[in-house]
Order: sequence, then structure tokens, then C-alpha cells
Amino acid sequence: MAIEHHEYDVLILGSGGSGLRAAIAAAEQGARTAVVCKSLLGKAHTVMAEGGMAASLGNVAPKDNWKTHFQDTMFGGKWLSNWRMAELHAREIPERVIELEHWGAIFDRLPDRRMSQRAFGGHSYNRLVHIGDRTGLELIRTLQDKTVHSGVDVFMETTITKLIKDGDRVIGCYGYKRATGEQVSFGAKAIVLATGGSGRIFHITSNSQDCTGDGYALAYEAGATLLDMEFVQFHPTGMVYPPGVAGLLVTEAVRGEGGILRNKDGERFMERYDPKRMELSTRDVVARANYTEVQEGRGTPHGGVYLDISHIGAAAVLKKLPQMYDQFMHLAGVDITKGPMEVGPTCHYFMGGVQVDAETGQTTLPGLFAAGETTGGMNGANRLGGNSLGDLLVFGRRAGMAAAEAAAKAESFTALPEDETHAAQSEIEYYLHGKGTENPFQLHKDLQEAMAAGAGIFRDEAGLTKAIADVEKLEERAKNLHAPSDRLDYNPGWQLCREVRNMITVSLAIARAALMRHESRGCHSRLDFPAYDDYWEKHNILNHQDEDGNMVLTPTPTVHRKELTELVEARMKVENAS
Amino acid sequence: MSDTMTASGTRKLKIWRGDLATGELVDYDLETEPGMVVLDAVLAVQREQAQDLAVRWNCKAAKCGSCAAEVNGKPTLMCHTRLDELPQDQPITVEPMHSFPLIRDLVTDVSWNYEVNKLIPPFTPKEDIPTTERGEYLIDQRDTDRMSEFRKCIECFLCQDVCHVLRDHRLHNRYYGPRFMVRMASLDMHPLDGLDRKDLAVKDGGLGYCNITKCCTEVCPEGIHITDNAIIPLKERAADRHWDPIMKLFGQGKPPADRKLVRSKQPPDPSSIPGAPSSPGIGPDAG
Repeated sequence: MAIEHHEYDVLILGSGGSGLRAAIAAAEQGARTAVVCKSLLGKAHTVMAEGGMAASLGNVAPKDNWKTHFQDTMFGGKWLSNWRMAELHAREIPERVIELEHWGAIFDRLPDRRMSQRAFGGHSYNRLVHIGDRTGLELIRTLQDKTVHSGVDVFMETTITKLIKDGDRVIGCYGYKRATGEQVSFGAKAIVLATGGSGRIFHITSNSQDCTGDGYALAYEAGATLLDMEFVQFHPTGMVYPPGVAGLLVTEAVRGEGGILRNKDGERFMERYDPKRMELSTRDVVARANYTEVQEGRGTPHGGVYLDISHIGAAAVLKKLPQMYDQFMHLAGVDITKGPMEVGPTCHYFMGGVQVDAETGQTTLPGLFAAGETTGGMNGANRLGGNSLGDLLVFGRRAGMAAAEAAAKAESFTALPEDETHAAQSEIEYYLHGKGTENPFQLHKDLQEAMAAGAGIFRDEAGLTKAIADVEKLEERAKNLHAPSDRLDYNPGWQLCREVRNMITVSLAIARAALMRHESRGCHSRLDFPAYDDYWEKHNILNHQDEDGNMVLTPTPTVHRKELTELVEARMKVENAS
Repeated sequence: MSDTMTASGTRKLKIWRGDLATGELVDYDLETEPGMVVLDAVLAVQREQAQDLAVRWNCKAAKCGSCAAEVNGKPTLMCHTRLDELPQDQPITVEPMHSFPLIRDLVTDVSWNYEVNKLIPPFTPKEDIPTTERGEYLIDQRDTDRMSEFRKCIECFLCQDVCHVLRDHRLHNRYYGPRFMVRMASLDMHPLDGLDRKDLAVKDGGLGYCNITKCCTEVCPEGIHITDNAIIPLKERAADRHWDPIMKLFGQGKPPADRKLVRSKQPPDPSSIPGAPSSPGIGPDAG
């Protein structure tokens, strides 16, 4: 049977903010560009971003500038961020936000008609450009319209299961269309991975069902290097009740607009964890505080803490946080203009990811680029709220441009080696027609349980060792995955087979790096190593697959930049003194 | 939180199962948890009883608009419909949207909407827009607020599903549907947009086909006043150039009273849907 085949100069995998921004940039450079996405266009996890994007426009706080934003990002990342990435992000995001407005995006204004900016955890000034509490939707819809009017082709509901190489170089990929099960291959002069994170490795997560770590696993299996996978951000405030919505995000904008956290005794407990920043401390600190209050018996009836915004008045709540009002009213029967919400930590974001060059998004493999949450480095050990949407725009654009340049240099398309496409085909078909007996739904559930038990907010050697052993067993079982039905059309179990394998790879990368890092930093909290460590402050953990298929972890010195030393040291001094 | 809002217990679901060739409502009994939404129930059935059940969903937070379906005959987001707000003494029926070609079970082919969107020219800034030194536009919050209502649209296409022009008359080749009237209205009302799309809205877009029954407004999960705030103002703005019988009516009396939210299930004519696969039948009742 002939397999449908397409060729593009630049192929983008993923249609969230970074993927669409990369597609627009590549098309602008004249590259013949396509986006391949697992779901429908405009449904990517980016639509769930609520609070806003941090840009030092200085509209509310004239003193703000890129240097302070850079310093905040470095502090928020507990000094582990790639300095150059944090710098580029802070420098370029104001321009990217204005560009978005020129493409038709709408943001809330100040009385003088410039963009309004709200406060957010870890940012020294009011910095987040926003539209109510649906900033991600505004971003995705604007980019979506720009993309489809830029001559970019879009392959919706198409799942990629393998990157295809010629020698070291990535030259294409292979997958299938969800609606029909028809297999499809792509030849590309350059590929950009923009597949987002992997929140679905935890049961309690704010992430969309698409977030199954596909990009991390595809890159790793192709031989690219991952970085800092141990750093998984738990957002401090997810819904805890009713059970069906547990994990659903409660935007940090609630705290940005003045929301107060209390335990069941009415105590404003952040005074004990970060008296300086209180509720607007960084996410790692607030998430641990919320978790600890519950663990120590001061939680709410449904196992959370209280978050109260009612004191700003009903009109302000409805104006600033309309989605939150609706979410609690409709799903929990709670009127947040009258009383507190119950909230608890929920798996939210992956700081780690594919290792890339800061300027270009080039991975360690020729022909392969990456951007957004799929990459590691920009956010160090903890991401500040508001730094993700900006990351997508700044580095999506850079990766798209660099991919187009690489494509322009490539002479022609390379035919996909038959053994590679055959291997991809065999894997896909094995899930349907092979002799496997393992159920993907069950394996996914077992994986979520293993990760929650041993690799969650608080970690120690015993827990991590057990989690690794458990996930290794799942890795063996995953060799015998079998879809419960052999239908080709929109078969959910078939789809989950490959996704579970991806999530298992991601989970092992996380747990093994977490076991190696003998310290607590940012979102990585080791009960047996509760303090910062000087060695680990200066080291990232790289991760790649060796020729025998083993996962190899290597500490490597963090990436500094001479020109920025003064800024970083000045901020370190301030933080160490307080 | 009231306990009645978080009831649990066994519920019967009737979920439409089938493909283009054949299909039927299939019964499932499910032990429910407090606060469950219809999507939770459908996914529980998928996990525990019917692992080949096709259902499209992503965020489960009413933010992406993927899980549009018809619950007890009413077009709605499955993730935003609580089991305990549906009659306790009746089974819950879950069917795919009827206005679009069926793929399988609860999943329909909504690609027509994406083709329509391509036909609408994007935001095109006027010349000489006042900006800050850096290039930031200067816009009043009141303008932002007005457009914001339309920009809340999550493209669930429920308005397209319920619209009788598309659903009953299958005029997909003549009317873009409420979603894209909203899109054009939001661009038309953007104070900085310099392009006139009124001719497009009337001629290719088929604005005149809307006879303001407001069914679209009633199913919008974002509460967008599609008819009152988008379509009628668009009709008014276009009225000086194009004759629209509804505007004549509208000026004189109330909108038609006999509107039904639970829509008919007449099998559609697939040839009327540009870009749709030329399949033998569309919709669950086609077989």
C-alpha cells in the first residue's frame, strides 16, 4: 500500500503558541511551511493560559526594564536558567507583544489607552499584559488567523510517532491521521518540535489531554539531548473539589489581583513561608506551602487551602476574573464573589526539555529545532508565571527563522530510508494487530500512580528509587501494548499506546535526574537534601540515549554570559541578604 | 456548596455509537462521583466499558471547545454540563453534533469551519493609527470591552450546530454561520481595522439567511450575545447597501417566537457542504 507523503521546507510539530509563531516566522522567510498537530487547530494547551505574558513595557511601573525582568527570571529559576535565553526573552518580549497587537490581538488598557499590566508572583513590577483571564486564547486565536493567512498548510488531528533520520540529520517524520488511521510520512529540510509539556504523567494536572511529552520522547529517541528534566512545576492553585475537576487551574491572576491564602484556622500562612512576597512568592514556594499546610492537618474539608478574592468586591471579580467566577460557580457551586475557593497544587509545567541553542532553537541534531515548553533552559528550576506565553513568542519566532535558514541551505529533500519508515509502520501496526496484551488505559493509570507516589512535589531517595523501579517495569510492559480495538478510525486506545510510551520515557528522565540532584532547588524538593548545594547550583543535568539504548545522565556546567555577570551577582546579593 | 449539586449514584447513559454506515444509541450504566460532568461520564465509560468509544476532547475546562456534542438533545460542551443538572429520573443521551459529517461515535468532521475561516480577511490595520513611541496602539478600554465579548469565542461550533440554516436547510455553501458572523462583526467593530467586510458578509457570507431566531445565542457556552451584539449590528451596518427582509421585520416586531432548541434530526445532504468528504450519509440518523 502506498503511504501518503508530503514534503515541506519547514515542518512544525505542534500548534500551540510556539508552533504557530514558528510557522509564521518560517513562512515569512519564504519557506514552504506546514504545521502538523494532534488535535484541531486552535485547541492546543496554550488556550488554557489565563493570567498574561510578562513584558517590561513599563506602562504601569515606569522603572521596569528588561534587566529587572531578566533578574526576576534568574531568581525565579533559582539561578539555573540559561542566561542567554533569559536575556533574549526579557529583551525581546515587549516587541513580540506589540507585534501581536498589530496582528489583531486585544489587551486590556490603562486610562491613557496603553496596555494595562498586572502583578504576578516573582515579578518585581506590574508586568503582565493580559485580557481578562483568557490571555492564552487571545494569543492562540491571533496566531491561528495569522498562520492560515500566511500560506501555511495545517494537518490537523495527525499524530507523529517517529522522527526519521539520514545519518545524524533529521529529514522527516512518520505518523497517522486520527480520523482514518491512514499512515502518512513527511520529508522536511528542517523540523521544529513545538509539542508542549507532559502534565498527563500525573493524574492531578492542569494540562490538556494532549500534553503527553511527545516532543521530549521523539527527540530523545532520535538521539537529541534533554536538559533539566527533574524540574516539574506544580502550580499552587488547582481546584480540589469536586473530584471530576481536581487539578483544574485557578489562575495566579487571583493572587495577582489581591487574593489571600488561608488555612482552615483562618491563618494567613504565607507569613511563615515568604513574609516578603506573601501570596505573590514564586510558584515553587507557594505550592510547597499549600501542600505542607494540608499535610500538617491545617487543610480544608476537601484537602486544600482557602483562596479568597471576595474582598475586592463582586464587580471587580467579575471584571478581572470572569472565567474563574464561572468555573467555580458552574463546576463547584461556589460563588467566589462571596467566599473563598478551595485550592491545592496541580502539575502544571515542565521547565526541562530538549536542549537547544539559545539564539536559534537548534537541538543537538542537525535539521531538528525546538521551541517553547518542549525546550529546557529558559526557566531553570522554576518558571515565573507570565514567562511562558512570552517564551513561546520569542523562541517560536527564533526557531522558525532558523529552521527556514537551515532549509534554505539544504540542497534538496532526502528520500526517507526504507528501514526507518518500515520501523515506524511496524510499531504503529503492532499496537493494532500485534500479540501484545497490555492495555494502554491501565498502563497510563499505573504510571500516574507511580509518579505521584515517588516523584511529586516532595521527593527522597527511597521514593524516587521505587518510582524508577516501578516505571521501569511499566517500560517493559509497554513493549507489549495492544489497543483494545483494532479499528482505524478515531481509535482512542491506539492513540494512547504511543502516548503512554512517550510518557514513560519522560517519567524515567524526570525520576532519574531527580535522584541524581542531591539538593533542593526551585520545584525540585528533596526531603533528604533540603538545602541548596554549591555544586548543583552550577550544573544542569543532560540526558541522552546511548547506542545500546541506555539513558545516560551527565551533569554539565550551567551556561553563563560574561556581559550579564554583574546583573546576576547584584540580584544574588540582594536575595542572600534578605 | 450544596449537596444537591454534588450528588452521586448510578446513572444510565445512552451514547450514540456508530459510523457512516450504521449506528444506534447504546445503554451504559455508570457509578457516578459528585460533581461529574458529562465528559467525565463518557470518559469513564470509555475507560471501563467501551475502550473504542470515539470522543474528541482536550482541556476539560471549557476553554478549548473540543467536546461539543448534543446532551439530551441540546447542543452543549460535555465538559461544562454537570450530570446533576440533568433530570435524575431519565437516562442521559449523548449524541454527536448533527450539522457536520460524522467521523465516528461522538466525533464529527468540523473541517468545513476552518475552510470558511480562511475566506475572511484577517485584521488589517488602518494607516496612521496613533501609537506610543515603541509602536503600541492607543485604544480605549471601552473598545477593548466591546470586542472582548466576541474574542471569548472558543470555536466549539455549537452555534453552527444549532443554526437551522446549516442544520435543517444544509446551506453550508451559502451561509458562513453564526461563528463567522461573530468573527466578521468583531473585525468590523475593531476601531483600528481598516478593511470593510460588509459586502463579504452579505454576499459570500450569506448574512441575510439569518432570521434571528437566537438559537445560537442560547447554546453559546461563552455567553456571547451572538444575535443581538454581532449579527443584528452587522445587518444594520450592511442594511444601507443591501436589502435584508429580516431587518424589515426586525424593525417592526418581535423575532419569530416558535424556536426550538432541541433540533430536528433530518439527515443532511452532504453535497451541500463544501469541502466535506462525499460520504453516503452524515449524522447519526443517516443509517
